[in-house]
Amino acid sequence: MRKTLLLARREISGFFYSPVAYVIGALFLLASGIWFFHAIFRQGQPATLRPLFEAMAYIMVFATPLLTMRLVSEEFRTGTFETLVTAPVTDTQVIVGKFLGVLFFYMLLLGCTGLYMWLLAIYGRPDPGVAVMGYCGMVLLGAAFLAVGLFTSTLTTHQAVAAILGIAILSVFAILMQLLTLHAPSPWGHLAARLNAMTYFKDFARGMFDTRGVVFFLSSTALFLFLSVKMLESRRWK
Amino acid sequence: MIDVRNLTKKYGCVRAVDGISFHVDKGSIVGFLGPNGAGKTTTLKILTCYQPATSGQAAIAGFDVLTQSLDVRRNIGYMPESPGLYPEMKVHEFLKFRAALREIPRRRRRAAIARVAVLCRLSEPENMLRRNMGELSRGYRQRVALADALLHSPPVLILDEPTSGLDPTQIRSMRELILTLGGSHTIILSSHILAEVEQTCDRLIVIAGGKIAACGTPDELRKSVIGPSRIVAEIQGNREEVLQAFKGIPDVRDVQIKSIGKWQRVTIRNKDNTDRRSDIAHLAHKRGWALRELRDEAGSLEDFFVQMTYEQNIESTDRRPESN
Repeated sequence: MRKTLLLARREISGFFYSPVAYVIGALFLLASGIWFFHAIFRQGQPATLRPLFEAMAYIMVFATPLLTMRLVSEEFRTGTFETLVTAPVTDTQVIVGKFLGVLFFYMLLLGCTGLYMWLLAIYGRPDPGVAVMGYCGMVLLGAAFLAVGLFTSTLTTHQAVAAILGIAILSVFAILMQLLTLHAPSPWGHLAARLNAMTYFKDFARGMFDTRGVVFFLSSTALFLFLSVKMLESRRWK
Repeated sequence: MIDVRNLTKKYGCVRAVDGISFHVDKGSIVGFLGPNGAGKTTTLKILTCYQPATSGQAAIAGFDVLTQSLDVRRNIGYMPESPGLYPEMKVHEFLKFRAALREIPRRRRRAAIARVAVLCRLSEPENMLRRNMGELSRGYRQRVALADALLHSPPVLILDEPTSGLDPTQIRSMRELILTLGGSHTIILSSHILAEVEQTCDRLIVIAGGKIAACGTPDELRKSVIGPSRIVAEIQGNREEVLQAFKGIPDVRDVQIKSIGKWQRVTIRNKDNTDRRSDIAHLAHKRGWALRELRDEAGSLEDFFVQMTYEQNIESTDRRPESN
């Protein structure tokens, strides 16, 4: 665990040196800020961040692969991966360390939206339970999305390709499945609803705690982290 | 300390390493010599557990590289050909990170970094420890990579082309550093420059076309090039008389003669390593022949290297599209 945390710390410091991370963070906060002041922070609107959470979930389809694209592909490209894995660390420690590092940075960005909650609390009486569940949903959704992005980063040495692949996979689970849920006939529509990340997330945004959502997001995270480890191991099969 | 048996690595139908076996004793410096694409780096990558062999076995410090990979990695320090360093980190931050990754206790990390900084000349004449690694020259990047490999005082050092891309001064300084590390570490280093390994290594393993072409000390290899002693002399005298006189010297294996104007250029091969120059000088004096050159010709390892790798590469043309 010590090495995993060490790798996570290095990854976090890497984010603070990366201009790309700052740009993505700034764009995320800009988009969420515009949404907050446009759709929530207005007279007569209910004091809840639910519309913001729902919008942020869709922003994450594009933002998380941009955050994760360099995690492994950059190491492959610059040769630091060879230096890293010839030290006494396991592939699992490498992947989990990187995942924890990017998850921390993601939660830091998410934490910045706490400012909106504070503003709502000044001018209204938001339900803290709904807000807490919304943030729980954002963390679970973010973890799953980041795991997908980390996996695509292990597939290539090109960051842009990793980002595009990540966005494509997440679009399937967040946008395509949503469309199929609404328009496809049964049983396909039913199956799409089960695979639709947004269905589970919307329950959290409404303030509901649904174990199906927890299981869906955690198992997706575990699956893509497992696949990432296998991708690193695959260099030994070639 | 390093034991390799029948190691083979295939990439598809290409055999990058083809059944090589060798042993490296504790404390020795062994040069892994071969042309580009000979299989040196592939072998080193297998020894560092970066990739597994297709077949065969390799063990370092008694640990198998496949089944006891973590133990092997604890016992080696590896410097890749192109050191992968994080450009945004400062040198001391990187070494601190690597020291923690290499399981050096927290209280000993500072001393370990100071030790390798002195050894690899990172702290003087200019203190490089506070520099960003992205700003370092190639030479200093190599030194940082070597410092990283030495941090945990591993019994085995694996250096892949340690002088590649360095200028002559940096090459000399790296060579001196490697020599000072010999004895306390078992070192295996790869290179395609013969003169470099000849000066630093106790033993050479020449690899070409994925196979070991020759193995031994530089002297042993040199003897295998031209065999025992060869003397070259230039004498003014009758060609037939000179030839018969030299053939009559005891223990001479063969004599070749070539006329250059009035002079006869004679090449004499002995059966053993006895220096017969005085016998030849004495004979010339006795017969009244003028003598303008007399030398013992040392075997050129360079010729040997070129010859061996050339032959192996010709063989490898048949080897690469492997027959099923």
